[in-house]
Amino acid sequence: ISHGHGGSHSSSGGSTLLGYIGIDTIIEQMRKKTMKTGFDFNIMVVGPSGLGKSTLVNTLFKSQVSRKSAGWARDEKIPKTVEIKSVSHVIEEGGVKMKLTIVDTPGFGDQINNDNCWEPISKYINEQFEKFLKEEVNITRKKRIPDTRVHCCLYFIPPTGHCLRQLDVEFMRRLSHSVNIIPVIAKSDTMTIEERQEFKQRVRKELENNGIEFYPQKEFDDDMEDKSDNDKIRETMPFAVVGSDKEHQVNGKRVLGRKTAWGIIEVENPNHCEFAQLRDFLIRSHLQDLKEVTHNIHYETYRAKRLNDNGGLHPISSNDTQESNL
Amino acid sequence: VAEQTESVQQKNLDGYVGFASLPNQVYRKSVKRGFEFTLMVVGESGLGKSTLINSLFLTDLYSAEYPGPSHRIKKTVEQSKVLIKEGGVQLLLTIVDTPGFGDAVDNSNCWQPIIDHIDSKFEDYLNSESRVNRRQMPDSRIHCCLYFIAPSGHGLKPLDIEFMKRLHEKVNVIPLIAKADTLTPEECQQFKKQIMREIQEHKIKIYEFPETDDEEENRLVKKIKDKLPLAVVGSNTIIEVNSKRVRGRQYPWGVAEVENSDHCDFTILRDMLIRTHMQDLKDVTNNVHYENYRSRKLAAVTYNGVDNNKAKGQLSTKSPLAQMEEERREHVAKMKKMEMEMEQVFEMKVKEKVQKLKDSEAELQRRHEQMKKNLEAQHKELEEKRRVFEEERANWETQQRLEQQKLEASRTLEKNKKKGKIF
Repeated sequence: ISHGHGGSHSSSGGSTLLGYIGIDTIIEQMRKKTMKTGFDFNIMVVGPSGLGKSTLVNTLFKSQVSRKSAGWARDEKIPKTVEIKSVSHVIEEGGVKMKLTIVDTPGFGDQINNDNCWEPISKYINEQFEKFLKEEVNITRKKRIPDTRVHCCLYFIPPTGHCLRQLDVEFMRRLSHSVNIIPVIAKSDTMTIEERQEFKQRVRKELENNGIEFYPQKEFDDDMEDKSDNDKIRETMPFAVVGSDKEHQVNGKRVLGRKTAWGIIEVENPNHCEFAQLRDFLIRSHLQDLKEVTHNIHYETYRAKRLNDNGGLHPISSNDTQESNL
Repeated sequence: VAEQTESVQQKNLDGYVGFASLPNQVYRKSVKRGFEFTLMVVGESGLGKSTLINSLFLTDLYSAEYPGPSHRIKKTVEQSKVLIKEGGVQLLLTIVDTPGFGDAVDNSNCWQPIIDHIDSKFEDYLNSESRVNRRQMPDSRIHCCLYFIAPSGHGLKPLDIEFMKRLHEKVNVIPLIAKADTLTPEECQQFKKQIMREIQEHKIKIYEFPETDDEEENRLVKKIKDKLPLAVVGSNTIIEVNSKRVRGRQYPWGVAEVENSDHCDFTILRDMLIRTHMQDLKDVTNNVHYENYRSRKLAAVTYNGVDNNKAKGQLSTKSPLAQMEEERREHVAKMKKMEMEMEQVFEMKVKEKVQKLKDSEAELQRRHEQMKKNLEAQHKELEEKRRVFEEERANWETQQRLEQQKLEASRTLEKNKKKGKIF
């Protein structure tokens, strides 16, 4: 707090105010604006089939935003190459509208030969960056550029209990620089608590050994507060999750969970699995940060590379606007 | 004289003979000999194969001092032997593990080392069977292959289908759903149905439980068949549940008991594998899979490796004489061919030599001509020179004569002058 002499001149250490001005209402103004415009969020789920990706996404956003492949006909089974399927929904809560896009990647890691199965995904992410870049570079820009860039990639690790598979390491290594990767341990009701702890430690160690920076990346911590918060989160990652969209009765309450012969696994019970933590982290505290990191860091990296490579953009052939001079 | 009928008549005995004790004698002999059983476990790492083996045989085959293949350096096929004794019966159990199966990014042909291993065991047995001295015939053939399917809840993966298609004719394949405590009972049912549907669709022949005459046993077998593929959970840790000590896995929401048939099919697997069908597995391996291998191998060998692919298709139904005839004919044809080839080669060589000689002759001729020309040229030159020389000489001589004449003339003149003076 600065030294208060009356009528202080502008110094870099803040000056005391003589009365209430109302600057702090800007937060309220921003909030109103955001509520009106709504915002986009794009999340990608990657992992071999059968790990409960669609179920988890449905549980996260408490609605059927992802069509489950549980009752699929055999004809539409595992595709021969990795496909990219994106589905958008608009969900609303408390007056705030969110356009949620889920990008699914069926066929990832399912073939016998999985070489380069990350390439279609990498291509897709870069394509979204390219689209945004083109819009940004236009002479007459749209008022609000539609944001289809992938803000977050949930990578599902199969609960083997041993260590990361080679495929996992390869994928994360190649994509951790273009997108925020959040690894999660899928179907974690397979493991007891001790097994889970051991597995997590091993996975973290392997990620570190391979130089894979998952979100929240250490290098982007702004200040000490952020760092301590994020450190706590990094210690518990990867989150061991269980997904379910069925409700059961437990102690007179209806909870989301899975009913087995020996007990009911409650999805939102922090003693059972870390789903609640993942949800809070993803939606309630770091949603905006995910978008910012994507925009400020991943997108800027892509943009710088593009502009350096070509020494200027190629002529834009969209909307018959003139070529931009850079 | 009673006629010899073809059918075997059943006769009633008048007294007690005693051969009813035959099964006991067989039993005593076998117990003395001991039994052997080889079990192979296949599946991606992390599916609980080692844990299940430990649970099945209630030993710590893989423990902290002797860690399982997942913790050791990766080899493709690993074997471990253990001798188990129970009630005076010994069982030499061999477990063949396959670490690293399906773990790489590119898993094409990951089944090849396994197929090679199975074939090599068959070959060992075939060789020892064909030996002259057959006293010791260790049976290390794979009697049963437990294939672990990951509990995705959807269906079989392409890798699963490929593997089973390639191995169902070589070994008894028993598919299992691993880590079945991931699935709720409804999911488990659906998953099982889906798997069986896919197995039938791809015409995979998994191990079939044999039908017996006994009603009771048939009912049991039918119960097992309904539950295929078996969903198993493995564990060797003992937990207290309701003041009972059971083997199971402790979760925050409950304990999954391994030996509780409501929780998983582990007891069914154990009973089937060890208590009821172990001998049948060995018999099927011996009578079906091994015989398939043997006939294929021997048919290929008799064709002398000339056209193995053709031989594989036909199991030899020809009599040995016909085969010998064929062989002889083939041999003769081969000889003829070789002869022709040799003649061709010989002709070619002769032609070459002739050509070479001609060439050198022409060469010599040319040189000869050349030389002759040179000589003639030289000759001409010399002639020319001589002519020139002669000309010169002639000139010189004429000149000389002229000079001489002149001299003579001048001398005569002088003489005349002198003479004149004298006058």
